[in-house]
Amino acid sequence: MITAAAFYIFAFVLIAAATMVVTSRNPVHSVLFLILAFFNAAALMLIAGAEFLAMILVIVYVGAVAVLFLFVVMMLDIDFARLREGFQRYLPIGGVVGLILLLELALVIGTWTTATEASDLRLAPNPGGGVSNTKALGQILYTDYVYLFQIAGLVLLVAMIGAIVLTHRRRPGTKRQDVAAQIARSGSVNLEQVPTGVGIGELGIRRPTLPEAPKPKQVEHADHHGGHH
Amino acid sequence: MAVGLSHYLAVSAILLVLGLVGIFLNRKNVIVILMSVELILLAVNLNLVAFSAHLNDLAGQVFAMFVLTVAAAEASIGLAIIVIYFRNRGSIEVEDISTLRG
Repeated sequence: MITAAAFYIFAFVLIAAATMVVTSRNPVHSVLFLILAFFNAAALMLIAGAEFLAMILVIVYVGAVAVLFLFVVMMLDIDFARLREGFQRYLPIGGVVGLILLLELALVIGTWTTATEASDLRLAPNPGGGVSNTKALGQILYTDYVYLFQIAGLVLLVAMIGAIVLTHRRRPGTKRQDVAAQIARSGSVNLEQVPTGVGIGELGIRRPTLPEAPKPKQVEHADHHGGHH
Repeated sequence: MAVGLSHYLAVSAILLVLGLVGIFLNRKNVIVILMSVELILLAVNLNLVAFSAHLNDLAGQVFAMFVLTVAAAEASIGLAIIVIYFRNRGSIEVEDISTLRG
């Protein structure tokens, strides 16, 4: 009974928050409502018995993705009023398409039944008993689904490199260290063995010759003979 | 009334429709479109978890985790594209984005 009440509360808040994400006037509010929606979805997953996934949802989505959204929304200086212009114009067609899709989904959910042999076709039956959800997930994730797990890690790696490559830019004003150019430079750096115990002045340490001071600019003469070299 | 599979399916169906309508309504704001896509993926995850709990099968939760991974990657790449687009054009209106064609 209390489970059903909790389910209805969380489901209601989830749908209300999702509506506010879509219709909110300010994208910052949209992101905050998105965070609320993720929290409520995590609660629904907890009720369904998927504790690990609920916690991952909170950590990954609320902790990373939603904060990333918030960061981008606040970093970009966007004229939010102009972005709302098409809202009224697209409301009828959006409403019609959404209503049709909702009706179709209602038909599917209303007429759908589980196959009788569904429980025989299970890929990884829940061990049940004293095994917690996290342990059971780990037991199949690192054995049966290990290749998919590695590919998921690869997807994240590609996404990380892609994001860095996309947003990286070379500013013209900044100076960077070019290690290859430093190493490749020759002739200007020499290693010499210096006798110890002798003063610098007596040794006459060679210093690199200073670049010549720029000559005063020649006054441009009317006649150009021999001026350039 | 006990909470069954159909309750979860109804919630995630409404969530999916909301995400889709959000794409229609916010035609100019790419950030809200990305958030709508996140809502749609959340509906998918809720469906996977509900079926996983109903059939007592853990494979659904594993796949929900992979969907989560792909959604995180998609969000990061999408936001990176938005950032460089804004840097180049000074706005994020979708209707100008067709100029991205090579």
